[in-house]
Amino acid sequence: MKKLHSIFLAIIAYLALAMPAQAQEVAASLDARVNEIFANATGWFVNFIFMAIPGTSFPWIVMWLVIGATVFTIYFAAVQFRFFGHAVSLVKGDYSDPNDAGEVSHFQALATALSGTVGLGNIAGVAVAVGIGGPGATFWMILAGLLGMASKFTECTLGVKYRNEYPDGTVSGGPMYYISKGFDELGLPGGKILAVMFSIFCILGALGGGNMFQANQAHAQITQITGDFPGWITGLVFAAVVFLVIVGGIKSIAKVTEKIVPFMGILYVGAAIVVLIVNYDMIGWAFGQIFAGAFTGLGVAGGFVGALIQGFKRAAFSNEAGVGSAAIAHSAVKTKEPITEGFVSLLEPLIDTVVICTMTALVIIISQQLIIDEATGLYMLNDAGTAIATVGDTGGVALTSAAFGSAISWFPFVLAIAVILFAFSTMISWSYYGLKAWTYLFGEGKTTELIFKIIFCIFIVIGAAASLGPVIDFSDAAIFAMAVVNIFCLYFLMKVVRKELNSYASRLKSGEIKKFKH
Amino acid sequence: MKLVIGLDGHGSGEKALEFAKSIASHSETCELIVVYVIEWSPFSFQTAEENAQRHKRREEEIAVAMERVVDPAVTSLKEAGLSARAIVRHGDVADTIDEIAHAEGASQIVVARSSAGGLTSRLFGSSTANLVMNARVPVTVVA
Repeated sequence: MKKLHSIFLAIIAYLALAMPAQAQEVAASLDARVNEIFANATGWFVNFIFMAIPGTSFPWIVMWLVIGATVFTIYFAAVQFRFFGHAVSLVKGDYSDPNDAGEVSHFQALATALSGTVGLGNIAGVAVAVGIGGPGATFWMILAGLLGMASKFTECTLGVKYRNEYPDGTVSGGPMYYISKGFDELGLPGGKILAVMFSIFCILGALGGGNMFQANQAHAQITQITGDFPGWITGLVFAAVVFLVIVGGIKSIAKVTEKIVPFMGILYVGAAIVVLIVNYDMIGWAFGQIFAGAFTGLGVAGGFVGALIQGFKRAAFSNEAGVGSAAIAHSAVKTKEPITEGFVSLLEPLIDTVVICTMTALVIIISQQLIIDEATGLYMLNDAGTAIATVGDTGGVALTSAAFGSAISWFPFVLAIAVILFAFSTMISWSYYGLKAWTYLFGEGKTTELIFKIIFCIFIVIGAAASLGPVIDFSDAAIFAMAVVNIFCLYFLMKVVRKELNSYASRLKSGEIKKFKH
Repeated sequence: MKLVIGLDGHGSGEKALEFAKSIASHSETCELIVVYVIEWSPFSFQTAEENAQRHKRREEEIAVAMERVVDPAVTSLKEAGLSARAIVRHGDVADTIDEIAHAEGASQIVVARSSAGGLTSRLFGSSTANLVMNARVPVTVVA
């Protein structure tokens, strides 16, 4: 453990020394240098996580996630559909004891977890999926979202069941706690080691997808409006604000964001619906493209397997089902029945992926930003052959922005604000997830917490300066590495969840669990 | 007879308390229930860190309300020779006072005139106004 600590300290020291030396160079070359160092340093890790299954072009990690979600769906007999209505009742507070008023409600736990996942994955990630995998990626994304509901259910139930409740009334929960405590309870060896592995990947995930990817895409969005300028400037500003919140304890900034973000989410879906209504005659065609593309590929890079990989990848990245992050966010809820939080959490992939991501995909398809070869009806590839050619040669968040802009001219400005706020709120959420993993490894304490928070802020600058390719690869790899450990452990722990589920279901049926009158 | 007294922690609560005392003094078996509601909604948005500390904060909020508002009120009622007890709860002020009065089978709710002014009460109405409009138990508003 000590050794790990010193490795992280060495990284900070290196960064601190490297920064001033590079600052003397021209601003643009600083970006290039950060980019190069970063790509070199993380390449091996990315390659390992995305290694293809021998003889195919299919990354094993994608298969891992899909098999996990499918196993949980079958093992719990489609819990995501059987208990969907009950989940909605729980969120509405129908089963909440009035004497518990003032504690964290199911709604609040869901909203907090959602504000960590709804964000760039839904806006930029979907554009990446559709841009590379074609409209067909949407089909696989929705399927992954529906299956992922069962993964989320499993991990969030365990998150509440095995959380730590401290004498001062605060709580800490998440995969690192359910892995170590759950394995001990079942008499299985290796719980502690797996929990430590998860924590390490969680810290990397917090720095990657929860931080660098956010900073990177926020910068891309800002330059769309202001014109090009070096990324590290955006990075410094973001880092300063995040620093104020997580180190300076200026909660008001986070509070304001937490209140604006849900409205931005509603505004975003509202705008997407407007675009769909305006182009209502094309909705049928768009769904046709999605279904046709799901099985034939319509000429995109990698064919239909490419669509499938992109769809699953981006769904997992967006809703984080099986990754374990939501279990950290959900574990604070006040409930006597851990399983109820599992039911509530299964709504997350539905809202995040099946609703919001699909909206983004439909808008991109309908706005016809993806160029179709009129002669063949297939999508044309860009010059490099890596993605579908787009009208303004855009990708990522810029593609979504252009798609909305083609229907509502002023919307890119709203989207820019939304992206910045989403990025910010995701960073705040992930700084907490990362911190929980960090304190699990190094213990709770002011100094150890401060070290993590400073590292977190430094990575914001790196993320904003690096180019999209290496950042997105590293972000995906780190978050998927969390899922490797988490899903492996869930296979052992899922019988605990089934026991809870059976007991709860029978008490619900017998009327022992009643609604409180309102 | 049971009376529910809704306090909001402002000076005007004293008047409600005095009024309730004068009603209670006419009856031999009047029980006074002092209610303080901490404004809270289960549908608000919070950060993960706030959630983790929520249980602790809730206990602190209840302790502060007890110490500053409710306990002094109950003590002063008891000193006047009346039977009194306290309830502190989180929720929407008007709904929760009505809920408690209804559940306790109180015959009347006594509250002070709203002390909050400004834009919010103009837009959404004050808690007192909401209580008067929606309560299932007669409400006396003390000016």
